[in-house]
Amino acid sequence: MKYSIFSLARAALSGHKNWPRTWRDAAPKERYDVVIIGGGGHGLATAYFLAHEFGIRNVAVLEKGWIGSGNAGRNTTIIRSNYMLPGNIGFYELSMKLWERMEQDLNYNTMVSQRGIVNLYHSDAQRDAYARRGNAMRINGIDSELLDQAAVRKMMPFLNFDNARFPIQGGLLQRRAGTARHDAVVWGYAHAASGLGVDIIQNCEVTGFVRDAAGAVTGVETSRGTIGAGKVGMAVAGNSSRVAAMAGLRLPIESHVLQAFVSEGIKPLIPGVVTFGAGHFYVSQSDKGGLVFGGDIDGYNSYAQRGNLPTVEDVCEGGMALMPVIGRVRMLRQWGGIMDMSMDGTPIIDRTPVDNLYINAGWCYGGFKATPGSGLVFAHLLAKNEFHKEGALFRLDRFRRGAMIDEKGQGAQPNLH
Amino acid sequence: MSSHRTASGGLIDRGHSLRFSFDGESMTGQAGDTLASALIANGVKLVGRSFKYHRPRGIFTAGSEEPNALVELRSGGRREPNTRATTIELFDGLEATSQNRWPSLKHDFLSINQLASPIFVAGFYYKTFMWPAKLWESFYEPMIRRAAGLGRAAETADPDHYEKAWAHCDVVIAGSGPAGLTAALAAGRAGARVILCEEDFVLGGRLNADGGEIDGKPAREWVAAAEAELRGMPDVRIMTRTTLTGVFDGGVYSALERVNDHVAVPPEHQPRQRLWRIVAKRAVVAAGALERPIAFSGNDTPGVMLASAVRTYVNRFAALPAKRLVLFTNNDDGWKTVDAVLSAGGQVAAVVDARPAVSDAHRALAGKGQFAILHGGIVDVSGGAGGVRRVKAALTGGAVAEVEADGVAVSGGWNPAVGLTSYHRGRPAWREDIAAFVPGALPPGMIVAGSANGAFSLGACLREGFAAGSQAAADAGHGAAAGNVPAAADEPYSLAPMWHVKGKHKAFVDFQNDVTVSDVALAQREGFESVEHLKRYTTLGMATDQGKTSNVVGLAVMAELTGKGIAETGTTIYRPPYVPTAIGALAGHHRDENFHSVRLPHSHHWAEEQGAVFVDTGLWKRAQWYPKKGEKDWLESVTREVKAVRSGVGFCDVSTLGKIDVRGPDAGAFLDRVYINTFSTLGVGKARYGIMLREDGIVYDDGTTSRLAEDHYFLTTTTAKAGLVMQHLEFCRQVLFPELDVQLATVTDQWAQFSIAGPKTRDLLRELVDPSEDLSNEGFPFMAAREVLLRGGLKARLFRISFSGEMAFEISVPGRYGDAMARNLMIAGKAFGVTPYGTEALGVMRIEKGHVAGPELNGTTTAGDLGLGKMMSTKKDYIGRAMAGREALVAPDRQVVVGVKPVDKGRRLRSGAHLLPKDASPSPQTDQGYVTSVCYSPMLEQWIGLGLVARGRERHGEIVTAYDPLRSETYEVELCDNVFYDPEGGRQRG
Amino acid sequence: MRINCPFCGPRENGEFTYLGDAKPVRPEGGAGEEAFYDYVYLRDNVAGEMSEWWYHGGGCRSWLKAVRNTVTHEFLSVEAAPGAGGKAVQK
Repeated sequence: MKYSIFSLARAALSGHKNWPRTWRDAAPKERYDVVIIGGGGHGLATAYFLAHEFGIRNVAVLEKGWIGSGNAGRNTTIIRSNYMLPGNIGFYELSMKLWERMEQDLNYNTMVSQRGIVNLYHSDAQRDAYARRGNAMRINGIDSELLDQAAVRKMMPFLNFDNARFPIQGGLLQRRAGTARHDAVVWGYAHAASGLGVDIIQNCEVTGFVRDAAGAVTGVETSRGTIGAGKVGMAVAGNSSRVAAMAGLRLPIESHVLQAFVSEGIKPLIPGVVTFGAGHFYVSQSDKGGLVFGGDIDGYNSYAQRGNLPTVEDVCEGGMALMPVIGRVRMLRQWGGIMDMSMDGTPIIDRTPVDNLYINAGWCYGGFKATPGSGLVFAHLLAKNEFHKEGALFRLDRFRRGAMIDEKGQGAQPNLH
Repeated sequence: MSSHRTASGGLIDRGHSLRFSFDGESMTGQAGDTLASALIANGVKLVGRSFKYHRPRGIFTAGSEEPNALVELRSGGRREPNTRATTIELFDGLEATSQNRWPSLKHDFLSINQLASPIFVAGFYYKTFMWPAKLWESFYEPMIRRAAGLGRAAETADPDHYEKAWAHCDVVIAGSGPAGLTAALAAGRAGARVILCEEDFVLGGRLNADGGEIDGKPAREWVAAAEAELRGMPDVRIMTRTTLTGVFDGGVYSALERVNDHVAVPPEHQPRQRLWRIVAKRAVVAAGALERPIAFSGNDTPGVMLASAVRTYVNRFAALPAKRLVLFTNNDDGWKTVDAVLSAGGQVAAVVDARPAVSDAHRALAGKGQFAILHGGIVDVSGGAGGVRRVKAALTGGAVAEVEADGVAVSGGWNPAVGLTSYHRGRPAWREDIAAFVPGALPPGMIVAGSANGAFSLGACLREGFAAGSQAAADAGHGAAAGNVPAAADEPYSLAPMWHVKGKHKAFVDFQNDVTVSDVALAQREGFESVEHLKRYTTLGMATDQGKTSNVVGLAVMAELTGKGIAETGTTIYRPPYVPTAIGALAGHHRDENFHSVRLPHSHHWAEEQGAVFVDTGLWKRAQWYPKKGEKDWLESVTREVKAVRSGVGFCDVSTLGKIDVRGPDAGAFLDRVYINTFSTLGVGKARYGIMLREDGIVYDDGTTSRLAEDHYFLTTTTAKAGLVMQHLEFCRQVLFPELDVQLATVTDQWAQFSIAGPKTRDLLRELVDPSEDLSNEGFPFMAAREVLLRGGLKARLFRISFSGEMAFEISVPGRYGDAMARNLMIAGKAFGVTPYGTEALGVMRIEKGHVAGPELNGTTTAGDLGLGKMMSTKKDYIGRAMAGREALVAPDRQVVVGVKPVDKGRRLRSGAHLLPKDASPSPQTDQGYVTSVCYSPMLEQWIGLGLVARGRERHGEIVTAYDPLRSETYEVELCDNVFYDPEGGRQRG
Repeated sequence: MRINCPFCGPRENGEFTYLGDAKPVRPEGGAGEEAFYDYVYLRDNVAGEMSEWWYHGGGCRSWLKAVRNTVTHEFLSVEAAPGAGGKAVQK
C-alpha cells in the first residue's frame, strides 16, 4: 500500500484496520543469490539497492534479533558530509545526496531534516584546520561556510560566549547536514526492499559459514538452518570481528562502546547540530524535543552496549561548558552502542580473502550518516564485483600499503579516532 | 484549610502554612506537602496537557513515575521544565506553571489535535509529510517541533552550583521502605559501613501511605524507632532526597542528592544538587514496586489516579483527591484504598473488581461504606478538563452500570521496580503468580529485597530486607546481624491479571506520549511486534517517565495480540538514570571558566604585568604578544617583536614544552629506539634535534634532546604532546624494552625555560652568567648544552639551540626561579633593548626559517614529507621504522612541505587555502595540497607560508593557484624552498 | 569501572588510559613489514576475556596488564608491566 496523506485519511475511516505489514515476515528459503548478514541500516540499504539498482531480488537479509537492533537503533541520528580526505569526501556526499531523496525513493518519511551542523572552533589552529576541511568540501561540490563568532552567536545565542574557558571563535557550517529519524530509516529500507522481493528474516543468527572444497563461501549456518548463498555480504558493524572470525579472518578493527544520551523533551532550543571544539560534546534536538547528545567513546574494548560514569560526566561537562542554559534540563536516558573502530577511523567495504565473502565494516561512530551510500556502494560491489567510484578506497589492504585514510591523524590507535 | 484537606491525620505540619502559585493563582499548602498534594488539597484537577493530542490531564501518581503532572518550576535562569509535581517538596513562594499549552491550560489551542486524532495514530508521520519534499524543513517539521516538546528550558545560564562527591561504603541501600530499613538495620548492626539512599524527604516508603503494624506497633512508630537506631550508628549514613540512579562496573553507583531543591534558592555557597559516586562492596536494592493501571476508555480524564496514589494523598498528605470515588481493581491491594477514603470521610461510589468474587471482608467493607461491588470493568469515564463526572462499567454477564463520581482509583497490580537491577542488561523474568516481571540476572554485588523482588506482603518485605542486609554485611566481611527480624502480617495479594478493557473511546497506555491500546494493535498489524519495535514505532515508554506506568501494560496488550506469552514477549531494555538527572549535576563545577584547569608558566604574573595578550595552548595560557602603547593591532606588535629579536635580543617563555629526564646506563640505547636518529653517539654537552615516529611510520613528535651526562639526557617534546610522549616513552620502557636500564621523569613543571634570541644574546647572557663561564662561539658552540653558574650562585642549564634562526640560547632554571628569571632578563637586557616576545613572534620566526610545527606534524605526514627523511637511521631499529617504508608512504606523489609566497607581494595569505595547478578549475583531481601555516614576514616584508603539496620539492618556482572559496579568495602563489630567511644558517651559528 | 592498580590500589577508570590488546608482541627490528603489519593493525578483538594494556597516568604512571572480560567488563587480574616500577629486567 502506498503511503500518503490520502491513504492515511482513507485508513482512518476504517479505523486503521487494513494496514499491511510494513515489511513481509519472511521465512528463510533454501538459497539466495545474495545473503546479507545484518538487518541494520547498512544491510537493509544494501538489499534495497541490490534489488532496485542492480535487479538482484533473490536476496535475504538475516538479522539475529529485530531489524535495527544494532547501531542503526542507538545512534545520535546525525547526517553530514563534512569530510576532508579523498575516499571519504566523495562517499559521504554520495550518501548525502541519497538522504536528500530518500523519502521519495522509499515512500517512507524518514524525517531527513537538513537544519545544518556547526563545528565550533576555539583557536586559530582549529579555524585553519576547518578552513582546510571546508575548502576541500567546496572543491568537491559540497556546501560549507566558515562562520565568525558573530555569525555563530546570531545562530545560537544560548551558547556560552562570554564566560568560557575556551571562548568560541567561530564555526564551520554545513547547511545541508542535519538529522534523520534513525529507526524510520531501517523501516523505510525494509519496507522498500521487501516490496521489491527481498526476504527480511528476523531472529535468525548466523553461526557459521558453509565453505566448498576450495574454501569459497557457499552459504551460512544459522539458528534457523543452513541457507545457501551465491555471495555473502556482512554488514554487522560492532560485531564484524566476531563474524569474520567464523571465516578465519582477523580485521584491523576493535569494538568499543560509545555512549549516547537524550534529555527530556523541551520546546525548540537548538536549531541544528552543534559540536563543541574544546571538549567532547555534540548535540541536536529531536522533533519530539529531546536533546540528543554524545561525546567520546569510553575508550576500552567492549561488547557490553553500556558504558561507565567518567564518560557520562565528561560529556555533561562539555555540555554545560558550551551551553549553561541546559543545567536544569534533565538527562532522561543513556545507552551504549558497539562501534567497529577501525585503525584509521575510516570504514572498509571490500572483498575478503575468502571467495564470495564481502565485508562492510569499520564505521567507527559514523555509520548512520553513511547508511544510504554504504548500501549503494556495497550493493555495487556485490552485484558487479567492481568498486563503485565513490567506494574505491575503503580497501582492506590499505593498511598493508600504507594508504590509510586518517581524518584525525591519530594512527593505528582505534580509541583515538 | 483547603477544600480537599481532611480534618486530621497525615504527615503534614498543619501549623506551618506555605504560599505557592500555580499558573499565577495563589494557593496555600502545608509543610510536608508536595506540590501535587497541595494542588489536590486545593481541589485542582487539571494540571497539564498531553504531548500529542494536548488532552487535559490530572495528577496520576504520587511519585517520580508521574506521567502527567509536569510543570515548569521557578522562573528566569532557574526555570526547570518537566518537573514532576509529585516530587516537588512545597516551599514558601514556590512558583509553578503548566506547560505544553497555549494560551492557557483550560483553553489550549492545540487541543484541536484531538479532532485529527483518527489520523494522528501511531507512526502516522512516517506515512505522510513527504510531498513536496522541500516542505519538510520549512513547514511540516517546524509545525511538529513547535507542537512537541514539553516545558521550556531557561533562557539564561543556570545560576546555581552543582557538586560531585565520592563516597565509599560496604553496603549501599536503595530505598527506605520496610525492606530498605530492615536491610540497613541488619547491615548496620553487623558493623558494616552503610549508606541508605531515600528518594523522598522522609523515610518509610509505602509505610507512610499504607500504615499497618510492625512488631505490634503502628508502622510510623516503627519507622521512627528504626530511624533513631540507624542515626545512632556511626557508620550508617542516611541520605534522604537522594536517588540511586545508576549501577556501573566495579561496584560504582551514581546517586543524585537534591540538596536544596526544597528551598526557593540555595543558601550561599551551597550546591543545588550533588552527584554522588558511591563505591560499595554490596548493594541492596529495596526500591519497591510501582503500581500499574488498567487501560480503559477515558482513563486519562483528570481525577483518574492510581489506587496507591490515592492512599498516599489521603493517608500521608491528608488530601482527598476525590470526594466520591470509584475504585477499579483486579487485586486485593487496591481495596486498601477504600479503607483509606472512608476513614478520611470520603465516599466510595462503587468498587469495580475484575475478579468474579471478593472476600467476606471486602463485602463487609462495602456494607459499611454503602457502595456496590461491580464485577467487571470500567468501559467509559466521562468528564473532560473539569475532571471525572460519570463512570460506566460493564458487568460480567452483560449489564452496564453507571455511577456518578469525581474520581477513579485504578489498580492493575504491582510491578517491581526492576530498573536498577537491569542496568547490566540482565533481562527481568516474568513471574506468573504475581503477573509481573522480577529482577533477572543481577549486576555483581547486588541483592534485591522486598517488593522490588516481587515480595508484596509487609511481612515478606521485612524478612527479605533483613536477610539481604545480613547477607550484604557478611559478604563485605562483617559478622552476623543482631536482633530479630521485625514481624508483620502477610496479607494476601490475590490478583487476576487484566490489562485493558474494550471501550468506545481512547484507552491510554502511555499517558504522556498519548499511546493508546489501539496504537499497540496498529503496531502489531504493521509488523512492529518486537517490544523494541513497539516502543520505537508508537513511542510507548519513551516519555519522561520512561514507561514506569505504561511498559508492562503495553507489552501485555502486544502479547495478547500476538498470542505469545508475556514472558516470551519480554521487556525493552532498562537504561539509567533511574530518574532523569539534571545535566548541571552531572557536570558539577566543570563549567564556564572552570570547565578545565589552567596551567600557567612560571613567568605568567610577570607577563601579565607587561600587559601581554594570552592565548590558550591546550591547558596553558601563554603570552601571545606584548602590545605597546600606540600600536594599532596585533600585527604591529608582533612585527616589532620579530624585528627586535632579529636585530637585537628578545626572550620568550618556552616552559610549556614537555621536558623529560631520561637517566640510566641504557638511556642512549633507549633513545635510539624511540627516535629515528641516533642519540647514543651524541657527545656529553651536546644537543640534537630528534624526530619520533608512531609505530605506523608517521611522525609523532619532535624536539631537542641534550646529553647532560653519560647516563643523563634531557628530552623536550612539543607543548601539545608533552603528556602523550611521556606515556609513549613509559610504554616503550616498561613494556617494549624492559631490559633497558633507564628511568624517566617528567619535569615539565620543574624547570622554567626561556629562549633568548638575537645577535645580542651573548651580551645579555654575560650580564646574567658568571664570568667564569665561556659563552664564546668556541667555548659554547651551536648545539652545545651544559650546566652553567649564574651570577649570584644559581645553577642553570644552558642550551645553544635556535628555533628562530638567530644566535640563541635556551636557559633553564628551577621553576621557582622562573618569575625572577623573566625579571632579571629584563634588567640584564635593558642596555641591549631586550624585548619579550610571545608565541606569535615565535611562530613568525619559525615560518621564516621553514621549521615544521603542529600544522605540518598533522598525524599523517612522514619524516620524508617534512623534508627530514635523511634523519632516518638505516643502522638501527626504532619505533616506526618497518612501517615507514610501505609503498604509499614513500610514493613520489606524496604531499610534501614547501614554502609558498604570493605572486602579488602585497597579498595576504591564509592557512587552509588549497593549492591547484595554475589556472586549473577546482576539482578533486586538481586539488594538490593546501597551505598549512602563514605569517606576515617582517624580514621579507610580505606574507609567506608553508604548505603540503604533491611533489612539492620538485616544483620550486612553479606558480600555482591558491583556492579559498570559504573566504571568497583565489590568487596565485609561488612554490619555493621552505627556508625563507638566512637559508645558510649563518646567523644561528654566529 | 575500578582498576586495582598493584601500586596504588583500586582506582576509578578515569585515572587510566587504555591502549588495547596486550597479546600482539612487537616483532624484532628485522622482522619485516608483514610481521609489523600484523602487530600494528590486526586484532583478535575478542568478545570475552582479553589481556590488555592500561596506563595509570593519573597515578603511578605504570603500565598495567589486565585481564578483563569485554562482555561483562569484569577484571580478572591486573599486574604491572615487566618494566613497571622497578629496575630493568633480564631479557
